[in-house]
Amino acid sequence: MSDFTSNFWPILITAITLLGIFGCALLLWLTSKVKVTSSNDGTSGHVWDEDLREMNNPLPRWWVWLFILTIVASIIYLIAYPGLGTYKGRLDWTQEKQYQQEMTEANKALAPLYAKYAAMPVEALSTDKEAKAIGERLFMNNCSQCHGSDARGSRGFPNLTDHDWLHGGSPEKIQETITNGRTGMMPPMAAAVGNADDVKNVANYVLSLSGSMYHSGRAGLGKAKFAICAACHGPDGKGNPEIGAPNLTDNAWLHGAGEAAIIRMINEGKTNQMPAQGEKFTPAQIHVLTAYVWGLSNKAGKTEK
Amino acid sequence: MQDQNVKTTAYNDSVVRQFSIMAVIWGVVGMLVGVIIAAQLVWPELNLGLPWTSFGRLRPLHTNAVIFAFGGCTLFATSYYVVQRTCQVELFCKKLAAFTFWGWQLVIVAAAISLPLGYTQGKEYAELEWPIDLLIAAVWIAYAVVFFGTISKRKVNHIYVANWFFGGFILAVALLHIVNSAATPVSFWRSYSAYAGVQDAMVQWWYGHNAVGFFLTAGFLGIMYYFVPKQAGRPVYSYSLSIVHFWALIFTYMWAGPHHLHYTALPDWTQSLGMAFSLILLAPSWGGMINGIMTLSGAWHKLRTDPILRFLIVSLSFYGMSTFEGPLMAIKTVNSLSHYTDWTVGHVHSGALGWVGLVSMGALYYMVPRLFGQKQMHSIAAIEWHFWLATIGIVLYISALWISGVMEGLMWRAINTDGTLTYTFVESVKAKHPYYLTRLLGGALYLSGMIIMLWNVLKTATSGKPALAYIPPVAAHS
Repeated sequence: MSDFTSNFWPILITAITLLGIFGCALLLWLTSKVKVTSSNDGTSGHVWDEDLREMNNPLPRWWVWLFILTIVASIIYLIAYPGLGTYKGRLDWTQEKQYQQEMTEANKALAPLYAKYAAMPVEALSTDKEAKAIGERLFMNNCSQCHGSDARGSRGFPNLTDHDWLHGGSPEKIQETITNGRTGMMPPMAAAVGNADDVKNVANYVLSLSGSMYHSGRAGLGKAKFAICAACHGPDGKGNPEIGAPNLTDNAWLHGAGEAAIIRMINEGKTNQMPAQGEKFTPAQIHVLTAYVWGLSNKAGKTEK
Repeated sequence: MQDQNVKTTAYNDSVVRQFSIMAVIWGVVGMLVGVIIAAQLVWPELNLGLPWTSFGRLRPLHTNAVIFAFGGCTLFATSYYVVQRTCQVELFCKKLAAFTFWGWQLVIVAAAISLPLGYTQGKEYAELEWPIDLLIAAVWIAYAVVFFGTISKRKVNHIYVANWFFGGFILAVALLHIVNSAATPVSFWRSYSAYAGVQDAMVQWWYGHNAVGFFLTAGFLGIMYYFVPKQAGRPVYSYSLSIVHFWALIFTYMWAGPHHLHYTALPDWTQSLGMAFSLILLAPSWGGMINGIMTLSGAWHKLRTDPILRFLIVSLSFYGMSTFEGPLMAIKTVNSLSHYTDWTVGHVHSGALGWVGLVSMGALYYMVPRLFGQKQMHSIAAIEWHFWLATIGIVLYISALWISGVMEGLMWRAINTDGTLTYTFVESVKAKHPYYLTRLLGGALYLSGMIIMLWNVLKTATSGKPALAYIPPVAAHS
């Protein structure tokens, strides 16, 4: 067992444990036989602070049995479960095995239910009342902490109810995002863009793309510098879902709108991460969750492309 | 052994007086902070949006204030009072005893400033940063020297049982504090633990559980063994019982820490040992309760008229209850429900408010009039009021958190037929609201009793004056 660096430690700990437990029993046995020379008032005869005395009533029998019972229970426990050094216990129990067993049983019980959903395409699943309810519960317990219980997100956490998708909004892409997570990274670009004035000009050009308030003179000067940005965001600024580069021509601003926020982004860059969820769920559960998330922005009857 | 100069010497009670008064003052302060954070859990806006008054900083202030300021001052006061009277000598080294008082107050003030400012080592009940830790170690070693110095020059041959417990508590706390606080300082207010990962967690809970076992149990059993027989006017029930439960208690407690880390990265074998020894701990704990309560045999009627005795005996009942609950919660299957819930908080408070709090108050009510040359406390009716406010407060507090904790644990593990969790976390938080309100009410009642005590103690102290207690001749049979 890797818990120990040598054979010495498990043997030592086992020895101390057993000596300790038997020591408790021995102490109990020896003390129950102790006779204290009593003076005629029934006390030990010692007096402290004028009137403090001690009697020596025998150990209450029920208490002695309680003590013995816990000692016996502990010994049985240490025979059944791992506790004495590298000895694995008669039940061969580990917390890891208990977890695996509980998960296997649960997944087995759930398999028929999810098998039904796994066979359905996401589009159909997103309108299935029961599947939607399961999806919602999965979302509330695992996604809402960041994306909000209304799935509208907040600064740094994408809104899942609109049609703006950093990495693509198709069922396949959503499934990929949930399973593997995503890392969005924009490097600091100030040095590549030029001086502070250049950065401000580019920011104004970016603002012009979405029809936000901007300084037209600065935007004109910034246009040429935008070529550097175009490598990821595209020449028209519409972004690139393949690498998660946001569309700059709409009004979704994940890390804040306005000139100051854009300048900060150019200067400092940003790394944003959604953690992978694949380990937590079975593929069928992710399928149901994908359908729920896809359904948030693709309501039945008015599906847009 | 009665020598001629006995009559001319008196006990050193000035340090006892100082610690006793400060115990009551810090009790009010620590419990007030507790009530404030309990109110924050009901109305989160009460954190005022300021970092210094946020729950995360005030909570360690509360725990440190009630354990180390209120509990600590009580332990210093009672142990100095008891060790002198049961050894029938003056305290060893007066100056060092005075240093423990001023040093300990400095620790408390430093804690009260540094914790709200956010300086912390992040270890529960051991939050204070390394410069304060060093001061604690210095004060504690001085405490040990004063205590064992007094024992070594005792005039009474047999060491009284209360002193075994005080001695065990002082030695164990020194060991626990020094080992768990080992850290590498990186600046004056920043340090990193000497241990890493799961070893750090294990050392922390070895410390944490023994802080309960030695600071809050062995030390207060020392209090019980002097003040219960004194107030009841009866001899201690059983010498044999005190021997077996003392040795079994101090040995077994040392092993129980891993039950705080069930179902974690801690190896299975360590968890099992923690659980096995926690079970064995039940009987040694109850030994103390039995010895205290049975000391009353033949004097039960006194409970009707003597509120101080009632404080002491009801505290033992809470001690018995929480030391039954403890081994129960240490069982893995029970722990998987109770861990991380309010049940744990309720359990701690049944021990803290019920056992530690009430036994301290009883002992202080016994000592204060004697220390200030009075026959009894300024107002006996006020003691009655305090007793009932405290008892009702405890019952409200712990029953609210039992319900809330078990409910919360059941909500977290409730699973739908589709394998999803039935409740989101925030739903469990919302469901606890009425119980948090009840807990706040219970805590406020307990605090109001303590405020009455402060008034009563100050009245008693100011209407009397520091009294000299002369050392009586040693009884023949010692």
